[in-house]
Amino acid sequence: MSLPSYAGRLETIWYYIFRVICGCVLFFLIAPIVVLIPLSFNAEPYFTFTQGMLTLDSDAFSMRWYQDIVGNPQWIMSIKNSVIIAVFATILATGLGTLAALGLSRPQTPFRVPLMGILISPMIVPLIISAAGMFFFYSKIGLAQTFPGLIIAHTTLGIPFVIITVTATLIGFDQDLIRASASLGAHPVLTFRKVILPLILPGVISGALFAFVTSFDEIVVVLFLSGFEQRTIPRQMWVGIREQISPTILAVATILITISVALLATVELLRRRSERLRGIRPS
Amino acid sequence: MSSQNSPLTTADGIPLKTSLRKAERAQKIKSFLFVVPTLVFIIVAFLIPIADMLIRSTYAPEVADRLPKTIKALDAWDGSGLPDESAYQALAEEMALLKKQRTLGKISLLMNYEKSGMRSLVQKTARKVARIKEGPLKEKMIEIDGRWSDREVWAVIKRTGRRFTFTNYLSAFDLKYDADGNIIAQPETQQVHTTMWIRTIWVSLAVTALCLLMGYPVSYFLSTLPVKTSNLLLICVLLPFWTSLLVRLTSWIVLLQKQGVLNDIMVWLGIIADEHRIRMVYNMSGTLVAMSHILLPFMILPLYSVMKTISPYYVKAARSLGANPFRAFRQIYLPLTVPGIGAGSLLVFILAIGYYITPALVGGASGQLIGNFIALHMSKTLNWGLAAAMGAILLAGVLAVYWVYNRVVGIDNMKLG
Repeated sequence: MSLPSYAGRLETIWYYIFRVICGCVLFFLIAPIVVLIPLSFNAEPYFTFTQGMLTLDSDAFSMRWYQDIVGNPQWIMSIKNSVIIAVFATILATGLGTLAALGLSRPQTPFRVPLMGILISPMIVPLIISAAGMFFFYSKIGLAQTFPGLIIAHTTLGIPFVIITVTATLIGFDQDLIRASASLGAHPVLTFRKVILPLILPGVISGALFAFVTSFDEIVVVLFLSGFEQRTIPRQMWVGIREQISPTILAVATILITISVALLATVELLRRRSERLRGIRPS
Repeated sequence: MSSQNSPLTTADGIPLKTSLRKAERAQKIKSFLFVVPTLVFIIVAFLIPIADMLIRSTYAPEVADRLPKTIKALDAWDGSGLPDESAYQALAEEMALLKKQRTLGKISLLMNYEKSGMRSLVQKTARKVARIKEGPLKEKMIEIDGRWSDREVWAVIKRTGRRFTFTNYLSAFDLKYDADGNIIAQPETQQVHTTMWIRTIWVSLAVTALCLLMGYPVSYFLSTLPVKTSNLLLICVLLPFWTSLLVRLTSWIVLLQKQGVLNDIMVWLGIIADEHRIRMVYNMSGTLVAMSHILLPFMILPLYSVMKTISPYYVKAARSLGANPFRAFRQIYLPLTVPGIGAGSLLVFILAIGYYITPALVGGASGQLIGNFIALHMSKTLNWGLAAAMGAILLAGVLAVYWVYNRVVGIDNMKLG
């Protein structure tokens, strides 16, 4: 909204001050993340800019921390564990979540509101409480410090996200399409595969991405439920932050930021595609 | 055509109503079956653990199970004076047995939570009492340690012998039972928890206020921009949202620490001297800044979605009727955004009170919140009952605030970008 032609002096001054304030807040949001990227190329083991870096001396920059990740068996194990746990948790959460969302979006399903509440509860309960409960109980049944235990825990945390995104996609879903497909002789499974799934796919993938990020970035549950063998990237970073001996964590952080940007772009593209498919024109 | 008096039937003669009801019920069950697998999964993997934790906060059967005779003997004791010889005998017998089986540790620890010193007392007595062959045990035990003539010690044993107890909930608020079963305050030096609850609430309120102050202008600005530009600037909001929490905390530590980027800039600009660098992290300011940064997107996104639905013509109409810009904002625009303010604030508040990782990494000693204490009791002091009780209290608080959130906004209206 540009400055209206009838603006008085006070209003004009406020117009520019307001924009400066907003600029500052947006800067506050993005600067901390962006500042890590150049710091990860620091040739010295310092967590701040050296003289050489500020004068853009090429000797002050190096890839040594990235090489450190590749050469460090603990980081390699953490990366492997994070990926394995996240992939399995995502598959489980997406499957279970989509199934539940399909059921919850049908008007005939009884007890929809309480069911929705129960299924979303992992997102509502503060993470420290969920972690405490799961730690006590899984220890009792021998699932603590095992891969299946962590995968189950992360699946529980990811299901609410999938349910929310898929039900959002299903809101405008035309039930007549199912009836038309049935009237043309399609078996319900075929209807699901060829009619429903393509239309809800953006929502499913969106939910899957949320579930993946939730598991990949998860630290609280991992702190209590993981043993040495199941160390994940966040767990390794937690140790690294507390001890602050080497800027390798900055290199890992930069890689994670790049992944975040890629995921963000994917989700945004999917959202636009889903809106286009459902006939919503961008305003 | 059927006559007007007989009910409508289907082809096989069953009344239409019954057939319809049967078909609808089959539909309902089929739809419900879609939800069943996920429901079972969530119940087993999540709800049962939470319920287990809630039970654990009051159910502590260890003492009752391992000292059955002692507890039975103490049933007759009314709490005044000292219990009689049979209690001493039963206790000595069972302590010696447990010591031999090496299972004395857990119950001595449980008693120690009620009164410190109990653990060493029980261990020491168990060692020595095995050597007593005969004679009235009451005097012999008091000989071993004078505390056996303190009725508070026996009150503790009797209390821990109860299967269900409120002790953990009392400890969570710095209270305890005294020898007569009244609720009194803990000694001054052990009063840590009430400070923690109060601090958690005011930090959460402060963070909510900060997020509102910073988020409102930005949301308004974004809502007035054309969609293409606002989508671009929304990246500034969404990128932190999608970035790993630990990455964000790393960057704040790097920025705010004494040898960090901000201090370096201030020294370079000459604002502060090199010896007087300000410590902005590992204290309360670290917690406040980091939490505001992390929770700001949760304030901006609901506010933005509400502001986008407000037509710009309302404010223009107010201006055309003679209102100055401030009055138009105050009387027209602000009230229309109240649902967004409510939704954003409640969401930020609920998330803030449960925070654990952020205060743990950047809070130092003065920036610890209740989540850190729960984790402390889980992993360091191993007082799982107390951790469970504090978790239960926190959960009750969050559910109460969520109930308010549901009344104001409605959980079904939650959008995730």
